[in-house]
Amino acid sequence: MIAILDYGSGNLRSAQRAFETTGAEVVVTSDRKTALEADGLVVPGVGAFRSCMNGLLAIGGDEIIRERFSKERPTLGICIGMQILFSHGLEHSDDNDPSTEGVGVWNGTVSKLKAPILPHMGWNTVVAPKDSTLFRGIESESFYFVHSYAAKEAVGQQVSWTEHGERFVSAVEDGAMSATQFHPEKSGSVGLTLIRNWTGTL
Amino acid sequence: MSLSIRIIPCLDVTDGRVVKGVNFTNLVDAGDPVEMAALYEKEGADELTFLDISASSSDRETTLDIVRKTADQVFIPLTVGGGIRSVADVNQLLRAGADKISINTAAIARPELISEIADVFGSQVLVLSVDARRAKTVSGFEVTTHGGRKGTGIDALGWIESACNLGVGEILLNSMDADGTRQGYDIEMIEAVRPITPVPLIASGGAGDLEDFARALDAGADALLAASVFHFGVHRIEEVKRYLSQAGYSIRGVSNQ
Repeated sequence: MIAILDYGSGNLRSAQRAFETTGAEVVVTSDRKTALEADGLVVPGVGAFRSCMNGLLAIGGDEIIRERFSKERPTLGICIGMQILFSHGLEHSDDNDPSTEGVGVWNGTVSKLKAPILPHMGWNTVVAPKDSTLFRGIESESFYFVHSYAAKEAVGQQVSWTEHGERFVSAVEDGAMSATQFHPEKSGSVGLTLIRNWTGTL
Repeated sequence: MSLSIRIIPCLDVTDGRVVKGVNFTNLVDAGDPVEMAALYEKEGADELTFLDISASSSDRETTLDIVRKTADQVFIPLTVGGGIRSVADVNQLLRAGADKISINTAAIARPELISEIADVFGSQVLVLSVDARRAKTVSGFEVTTHGGRKGTGIDALGWIESACNLGVGEILLNSMDADGTRQGYDIEMIEAVRPITPVPLIASGGAGDLEDFARALDAGADALLAASVFHFGVHRIEEVKRYLSQAGYSIRGVSNQ
């Protein structure tokens, strides 16, 4: 069973349907026990880093994610759901308002992309490591991105990269913990392949 | 590689049906928006847009249902516009499965709507649709309503600048002079709007020849929206993408080797 963590973010219906194409049972939940026991947990997320963290903290989602990480239970963060796995986010911060603390699975800061046009919106390519599990069979494909902030330093065991104005981390595979900055559930058939590659590890 | 340009077919929907004629032979029901959406995804559309032109609220319920059915089987981004007046309207559409929503008249009447939506859902869900035509305003382009029939006296460039400051994530620029003519996108308007627009710019209105798509990209558009050329089968999406790829633009799903 796959659980999609519901902590108040917008369109979860597409994510649910996309993961259901693998034939798996998919539930959308904010229940701690269900999220902890699921074979795979998907952490979606749209909006801003800070509002997402607030939503996540309200359901104890940070503890759920840390516990799954320490027990090596498969977890996949998507878009802001990837960003909040890092230790810090700079979105909506300024001199008087320091960075927002993330879940902290990985040490690193999510900062604004240096690009003339933001958000980075649309289909872009990903440079994935040769032995990547997520990108198996779809190594040179494009995926759908919508974001203005990103992590720029390598973390975890395997990192995939994409360029928009500068190079940023477009996916991380770190044992049981995986994350994509793009939306596999919105990336057509190649996105569904990535989802199957992930559910194949459960 | 870099970010690909996007080709976006737009479907006008009312009472559960696609309104503008659709001229495909391989559809069971050419008026069914869900089937059309699935076909366009298969043909290589990078996103889809539904424009709800319903008059009544019962029709709007039907539109929500179509959005749900589309989101259940089409896995590319879906933008829905038409009649959105409040944060609650946006919430309903996003929960039904829309990824972005576009606003137009309601934002002209009440610009705060832009920041209200962006504050709750983020700028990335919010497309500002601007119907503009040539007129004697500061920039020479005026914002219109009612499909270009009513002028507002508002300068289009000024409006776009303030909307970007209020938090829109994308601009959909519809040329009312070029719309429906198939004489090409309004290149001058795109060139005027590009430098003052820090968010992605979608050009709309006037697509006819394959060269028209390339000219709009050269003028600065990040994405190209078209309705009738696709619906009537003048060009297939894959044909436009192959042409642009061979011309050297970064296109998804087509190799330019």
